[in-house]
Amino acid sequence: MLTITFGQAGMFAGLGYATIFFGLILLMIVTVLLGKCFCLKKKQPVAEQVVAPAPVMEAPKAPGAAGGVKLYNVEPKTAAMLMAIVADKMQKPINELRFISIKEVEE
Amino acid sequence: MNITDILLKLWQDSGFAAMDVRNGIMLAIGCVLLYLAIVKKFEPLLLCGIAFGCILSNLPAANLYHPELWDAFMHHEIGYGEILTSGGLLDFFYIGVKTSIYPCLIFMGVGAMTDFGPLLSNPKSLLLGAAAQLGVFAAFLGAVLLGFTGEQAASIGIIGGADGPTAIFLTSKLAPELLGAIAVAAYSYMALIPLIQPPFMKLLTTKEQRAIKMEQSRNVSKTEKIIFPIVVTLFVALLLPDTAPLIGCLMLGNLMKETGVTDRLSDTMQNALMNIITILLSVSVGATMVGTTFLELSTLKIIVLGVAAFILSTCGGLLGGVIMCKLTKGKVNPLIGSAGVSAVPMAARVSNVEGQKANPSNFLLMHAMGPNVAGVIGSAIAAGFLLSVFG
Repeated sequence: MLTITFGQAGMFAGLGYATIFFGLILLMIVTVLLGKCFCLKKKQPVAEQVVAPAPVMEAPKAPGAAGGVKLYNVEPKTAAMLMAIVADKMQKPINELRFISIKEVEE
Repeated sequence: MNITDILLKLWQDSGFAAMDVRNGIMLAIGCVLLYLAIVKKFEPLLLCGIAFGCILSNLPAANLYHPELWDAFMHHEIGYGEILTSGGLLDFFYIGVKTSIYPCLIFMGVGAMTDFGPLLSNPKSLLLGAAAQLGVFAAFLGAVLLGFTGEQAASIGIIGGADGPTAIFLTSKLAPELLGAIAVAAYSYMALIPLIQPPFMKLLTTKEQRAIKMEQSRNVSKTEKIIFPIVVTLFVALLLPDTAPLIGCLMLGNLMKETGVTDRLSDTMQNALMNIITILLSVSVGATMVGTTFLELSTLKIIVLGVAAFILSTCGGLLGGVIMCKLTKGKVNPLIGSAGVSAVPMAARVSNVEGQKANPSNFLLMHAMGPNVAGVIGSAIAAGFLLSVFG
């Protein structure tokens, strides 16, 4: 059993807190660098696509699709999630529902 | 031998005759904990086992758990062989705690259930996970001030990490006599996070700050998620080798989940293994709550220091969030800072709920998961530091 004074405890506490910051800051740097490497890798094929753009073709509509949905201040991902939730709650297949627009209501 | 002698002997051998006040109080405490687990649903998966372990080890004459054997073990007078020959069922279970097998296997399951994607998409979250360890060291200081030894103070401080397996891992190595009280305090406060954190979230942030909507983070590739556990293991275990068992198991579980080629193993870790170890860990931790060591003033001090540690860790994370909010000119919602206190995913959920109270269209859950999992790594580093100093 190690009995320590308050002064020693203060020193240990300061050093311990600093060690956590030191360790996690280093880990953050490593993670940022790792992320940058992967972002660069992802961007390269995009650049190639710019050189030879593929002919723009309108994607065929899914069977039963009821046209587009107008989004106001809503990310497409969020809109997709909302439509899926509504379909699930209504117990109806999504292609039997028609969404005209989705708008974010701000206070 | 007549019938009276037989009845007398039966009475003398029974637990009723051997019952003392301490046993009675501990059995009552066990029942209260069971009530909290079953009726109030405070971390029932763990508290149920802890409470029942407490009841079992305090049954007089049942000889399921022998604290005197473990005292002798601590003083190197006996080894595991003696415990296996003279111990009871709960002594055998407790070997898994003493050897740190259970906390490490729990960490493996936690790793298999954790998605480090939010952390990878926003690595600055790691700073919030570090800031939220403030309570660990503040409670450590407080415990020293209240007369605990260095080892005991370190074990009490780690309650502020809000991470049950880490608290059990460290306490079983440094101050096993406090294990029952520390485990109960840690798990009870974790269950109370939705009550403990919100007042301090409101106190340390403005309504405008709480209403900040954070932008969607970038998508993280599968390769990044596979590389991350390997990098963290190498990096953290090299920095603090004492954290290797915890971080190693956490990241092994995560690697198994992310590779996609070990789905069966990952599934076992997340479900069957996790459930089995939860039963053994909770019952054996509960068994350490014997009247002779639990019914002391130190338990009350631990309970007070534990709640202070939780509050200060929450405040540390929130202050880190406020600083980050100011530095990024309002792009970070400071509420995600409080999620830095591990307690995955409860603390992140609380951040989300409080964010939605300030702005109903605010979804902070994924943003808060970053600091939340960073807190797990942070508390493991804190435990490693304390173990290297006092171990």
